[in-house]
Amino acid sequence: MESTRSGPAATPPAAEPAALDGLIRQFRQALPTDAVITDPQRLRTYECDGLASYKVVPAVVVLPENTEQVQAVVRACTERDVPFVARGSGTGLSGGALPHADGVLVVTSKMRRILETDLANERAVVEPGVINLDVTKEVSARGYYFAPDPSSQQVCSVGGNVAENSGGAHCLKYGFTTNHVLGMEVVSPDGEIVQLGGDAREAPGYDLLGAFIGSEGTLGVVTKITVRLMRSPEAVQTLLAGFATTDEAGAAVSAIIADGVTPAAIEMMDALSIEAAEQAVACGYPEGAGAVLVVELEGPAAEVEHTFAEVQQHCREHGAFEVRVAADADERATIWKGRKSAFAAVGRISPDYIVQDGVIPRTALGEVLGRIADLSAESGVRVANVFHAGDGNLHPLVLFDGSQPGAAERAEEVSGAILDLCIEHGGSITGEHGVGADKVKYMGRMFTPEDLDTMQRVRCAFDPDGRCNPGKVFPTPRLCGEVPGRRRGVHPLTEAGLADQF
Amino acid sequence: MSTGTTNTARDDLAAATGPDHLREATDRDAVGGVQPRWVAEVDGTERAAAVLRAAAANDLTVVPRGAGTKTTWAGPPHSADVVLDLSRANAVLEHAAGDLVLRAQAGTPLSEIQRVARTAGQQLAIDQPLLAATAGGVIATNTSGPGRHLFGGIRDLLIGITVVRADGTPTTSGGKVVKNVAGYDLGKLYTGSYGTLGVITEATFRLHPLAEDHRWITLTAPDAATADHAVTTLRASQQVPTAIELDQPSPDGPIAVSAQLEGRATVTENRTRQLADLLAQRTGVPAETTGTAPDWWGHYPFDPVEGIGLRLGAAPAQLSTMLEGARHASRSTGVPLALRGAAGWGVLHAAAPADTDPAAAAELVAALRGRADYVALVCGPQQVHAALDPSGAVDSGALTLMRRVKDQFDPDHRLAPGRFVGGI
Repeated sequence: MESTRSGPAATPPAAEPAALDGLIRQFRQALPTDAVITDPQRLRTYECDGLASYKVVPAVVVLPENTEQVQAVVRACTERDVPFVARGSGTGLSGGALPHADGVLVVTSKMRRILETDLANERAVVEPGVINLDVTKEVSARGYYFAPDPSSQQVCSVGGNVAENSGGAHCLKYGFTTNHVLGMEVVSPDGEIVQLGGDAREAPGYDLLGAFIGSEGTLGVVTKITVRLMRSPEAVQTLLAGFATTDEAGAAVSAIIADGVTPAAIEMMDALSIEAAEQAVACGYPEGAGAVLVVELEGPAAEVEHTFAEVQQHCREHGAFEVRVAADADERATIWKGRKSAFAAVGRISPDYIVQDGVIPRTALGEVLGRIADLSAESGVRVANVFHAGDGNLHPLVLFDGSQPGAAERAEEVSGAILDLCIEHGGSITGEHGVGADKVKYMGRMFTPEDLDTMQRVRCAFDPDGRCNPGKVFPTPRLCGEVPGRRRGVHPLTEAGLADQF
Repeated sequence: MSTGTTNTARDDLAAATGPDHLREATDRDAVGGVQPRWVAEVDGTERAAAVLRAAAANDLTVVPRGAGTKTTWAGPPHSADVVLDLSRANAVLEHAAGDLVLRAQAGTPLSEIQRVARTAGQQLAIDQPLLAATAGGVIATNTSGPGRHLFGGIRDLLIGITVVRADGTPTTSGGKVVKNVAGYDLGKLYTGSYGTLGVITEATFRLHPLAEDHRWITLTAPDAATADHAVTTLRASQQVPTAIELDQPSPDGPIAVSAQLEGRATVTENRTRQLADLLAQRTGVPAETTGTAPDWWGHYPFDPVEGIGLRLGAAPAQLSTMLEGARHASRSTGVPLALRGAAGWGVLHAAAPADTDPAAAAELVAALRGRADYVALVCGPQQVHAALDPSGAVDSGALTLMRRVKDQFDPDHRLAPGRFVGGI
């Protein structure tokens, strides 16, 4: 999936080569020899994250093993005014971990220890490089799990989840990473080790933890994360329902929600994405379906049994011609296989594609799908639709053949027009993939310059020199400097008895 | 401030509010004992922005207020030239029932929000004690009720927010959809910020379905260890209690532990009985099930206007340590202490008699601080605020960042100056 997009526009001042030489020497003193990478061939391994259309080779890659080494790296960068970018597993889909050409890429893949599991307090303390699914694996036998479940959970890191505020299919009921992190240790952009959150479930002061999560690596490098663990549900029930049209499937979703049911997940796929999944993994979804729904309920057995019957009823009443109920974990996995393979499966029916991520109010689903179909018909660009239907999070897959002149541009145009539809309907330009480098240009369509300026005041508080993942999230960096304003009260020097105020 | 500039300031404020909505403050408008000069009443974002611009132009300090239910909470401001009253901004602007989303002006009472949500069988899952409190006030003070155990606090339910900055610029973050990671989540930062970063004028919340049935399980534990055991059993239950609370009116007395279950009418009662049986079996204390909440449920143990209220937090498994600690602290200082709160979450409120001597209150807080992760003064007379450090120690690195955030959002320190942690 290659396209001709250019990288992010904002480039902080380039570091002098001499400065980098000195920096690298400093890194070699602070880190094990094999943890500092400068070999051009090896550096190329890190030139992109999960969004391969943006590529930048970093000047140097470091692989710290602990907080002190991260701090040493950040301090060295601060002293020499060199930008740095943190990266977990590199699975992000918005170019959030795209390196800086004159900067340092701080890769957390050697920080993979689960430091503590504390089931009595329903929590675990992990290093940022720990793989999402490994947290659940560590505690599942004892009846607990870590709720955020992005599709990449077998490879993505918890540190990356924190940066992106990752969700997943089950966040409809359980929320996002931000609802499942109790505390963190971070290295701030000026090289200080800061504790956000404490032993208790709340801490006095501003909720810096909440501000940090989802800031896409622009406020510092997280080095320890205390995640909340959830008790495994007593019962899980999953069904697959086939409908003639997405409209019918959408109406079933509305009926389920209106009935006061909060499923753990409700996923929808349209005909084109079903076709792709069928070719890729032979998932055996209902033949001739114009749309399928995957609905999963979790909770106390009696409650699930009751509401699951209601959900089946709603599906049938809204035109489901087939409803399959998973009898066991294997059948559940089979139902999910088609959905989980959808993105990659599209590769079977198209040489290239863009994975879009936008959000609309769920009730606008029918109308927006109609408008996407119009866009597709007008442009001749095919769009396969996969979405988290419960929360209106669309993942349209915009198909193109990069070997055809102009095809990538046309696909890009359709992809962008879909985001405009999301904004027009009061939604968001990203539900879970983040802004990163990719969607910087859309931020100004969703927010006013004043909104963005206000957000960047947080950035200025944490990172006044803009060294931490520069060029991401915000279209125009804010110059922090001295905030204009009159000082109130007594000057600190006066207060300390060091100066007189006249 | 000379008389000339006072007149200019007053004229500017009156122009901002409209002629009938600026008045001289009376002693009933005091914030933490500090007497404001004027009260500016506004009906929405535009007027609030105008007032803040006028305040900026005249170098006036501003303390925002909703229903005024918590003006004795947090520290007294260093100065309060203007109370910016948002109680006229009281409309529910949008209730998208199909999307489980509600947008309201900041001065809208929680009771009104709940009334509108209920028309569609929904709720804002903040069953906080003071129903007269407003949306903006509840966000600014980060208050919640028992349902926080399952549904989360305000921070978890707030999906979009409009805030007027100190310089009078209206700004928004978040939006109208639950799933949204575009830009920083400033709603988190404003939650619990006590008006020190900006003036909240509108908020968008995610709603939850209102369950068909609610049931309660209550047992009376003779001591802290038994209460802890009961809470641990409830926390680990796959019956998913939506709230786990405790009530201990006297530090040496028994501890009532109560859990709320909710769900479909046909099955909830049965689930509740099963869990009650398990609880009785595990603790050796009988557990009663009821269709109504205990009478103390969802109320503060202190008088939120006149009383002395504390907030204690510890890791949930440290509950018995916290309870024992409270007992020892009460005994050693001779200050009676009533405890109540989110046992399942490890966060309790404590009430001391309103007339407690400030020095004794300070002694009590110091004694409690060794036994809990944090102990904060929620509300109390000025003399009590002055006698102790209201928030206790905060990580120095985090406090530095908090100060820098304040400097960025309110460089002149004109918004509720001094009310917050660390004198922010």
